[in-house]
Amino acid sequence: MLELSDLKVFHGPIEAVHGIDLTVATGTVVSLLGPNGAGKTSTLSAIAGTAKHRGSIRLEGRDLSPLSVEDRVRAGIALSPEGRRIFNNLTVFENLRMGSATRSDRKGVEADMAAWFDRFPILGERRDQSAGTLSGGEQQMLTIARALMSKPRILLLDEPSLGLAPLIIGQVFELIRELKADGMTILLVEQNATAAVEVSDHVYVLLNGRVTRRGPAAEFGDGSGLMDELTGVHA
Amino acid sequence: MDYAVQQFLNALSFGAEYALIALGLAIVFSIMGLVNFAHGEVIAFGGYSMAVVGTLLTGNPLILMAFVLVSCVLVSVLLERVAFRTVRNADITTGLLTAFGVSIILQNVFLLLGSPRPVAATQFIFLDRSISIGSIRVASLQIYETVATLAAIAALGLFLTRSNLGIAMRAAARDFEMARLCGIRANRVVSGAFAISGLLAGLACIFIMARRGSASPHMGFDPVLTAFVACVVGGFGSLPGAVLGGFLLGFVEVAVLVLLPQSYGGLARAAVFTVVALVLIWRPDGILSPVREKGDKL
Repeated sequence: MLELSDLKVFHGPIEAVHGIDLTVATGTVVSLLGPNGAGKTSTLSAIAGTAKHRGSIRLEGRDLSPLSVEDRVRAGIALSPEGRRIFNNLTVFENLRMGSATRSDRKGVEADMAAWFDRFPILGERRDQSAGTLSGGEQQMLTIARALMSKPRILLLDEPSLGLAPLIIGQVFELIRELKADGMTILLVEQNATAAVEVSDHVYVLLNGRVTRRGPAAEFGDGSGLMDELTGVHA
Repeated sequence: MDYAVQQFLNALSFGAEYALIALGLAIVFSIMGLVNFAHGEVIAFGGYSMAVVGTLLTGNPLILMAFVLVSCVLVSVLLERVAFRTVRNADITTGLLTAFGVSIILQNVFLLLGSPRPVAATQFIFLDRSISIGSIRVASLQIYETVATLAAIAALGLFLTRSNLGIAMRAAARDFEMARLCGIRANRVVSGAFAISGLLAGLACIFIMARRGSASPHMGFDPVLTAFVACVVGGFGSLPGAVLGGFLLGFVEVAVLVLLPQSYGGLARAAVFTVVALVLIWRPDGILSPVREKGDKL
């Protein structure tokens, strides 16, 4: 599905990711774990097209490098960004409508929206209210819903548990499990290694812009060892 | 009573003109952070194109009005394509300087191809007549101007909340990159903003031409400067703020003219800006400045 090879990502003159290889197979969840500043978000930004990069990014064999951010969405990439970045001057409904901006099947869009309002009734109740009035957890669900409204081939999920209460984090990962059961392909960036390993098929560990470990999720146990490794001193 | 109603209408029509132009500035600023000082030259372009077409082709005012609107939209979109697109992601000062550059170049083009003196185009003057409503005599232009402005604001409001492009423009004003990550084409949103800005400039141009009956190189610059102040007072980047600031400025200006004794007439502008300064001391970011949350990355 998604194949990165020798991907280097730049922020201005600084190289944040030093040539990584990564594969996400169709219908699987792959986690990209690592401490702050490891290059996780940079990697997702490169895939989405908002960060400068070199090396190749292929989606179902198609090279994404020459495509603009907007065209990558059309190619099937959807990003649920770190910090959620919902449009808080827009209503919940308008946020979802923006998520479906690339689609022309009105009926399908309406059905998908109804499904989200079903899945998260609070979004339905607040349909015509400013999305800024939602709680952090509700905003996170809206962000993921907005990303999925484009009917992507792959969902890039950046730190969906960031800043949320444990109970809400549970709900976020519950949603990830449901999406996986529905056959969605997901590349998940997390600092919460335990929860991430549990929903993943494959795990990559990123340190200082390089992949230091990779393998099937089973090899990482319950992920608690990773937590120590990632939060420990590793410079 | 007569006098009061007349002054009220005066204030409304002044305010309407400022609000129209301020909205044109604000919609572009809200989306791409560009203070478009060349907006005034879009208005002047409308005036000159009206003078040319009015002399050479047709004197029909309705056709001329449509022509002014269309030419303002086209030149506004063209300026974005030629001048502002290249500096879209640059620093805010780069955009500001580019806008000033475009403004100066266009003013000089008008000087060279036209004339330093006003070029007559009087087809819209018929809009400005004295009419009586009951016992009160008012200028018809002021009523047209106020009504047209309110209609334009209402139409813009509908566009921004109902249409896909309108919602996308509001989304882009909040977080341009996130809007692109939703697949919204940056160029469409920006061109759309400039088109609307041009349409509002065209509307303002019609009323300015109706009042002046002539086009001149600097005809747009002064109103844009005032509209810029209206934007600042209302809260830069806020569309309701631009409207509020425009009308507020109109009312303050008329109030100052009415209240100030004749002999102090020269101080009118100073008095207006004193009020502006006081408002800004009270609300440094303008009355309706967009709320920036704590921890906001933008």
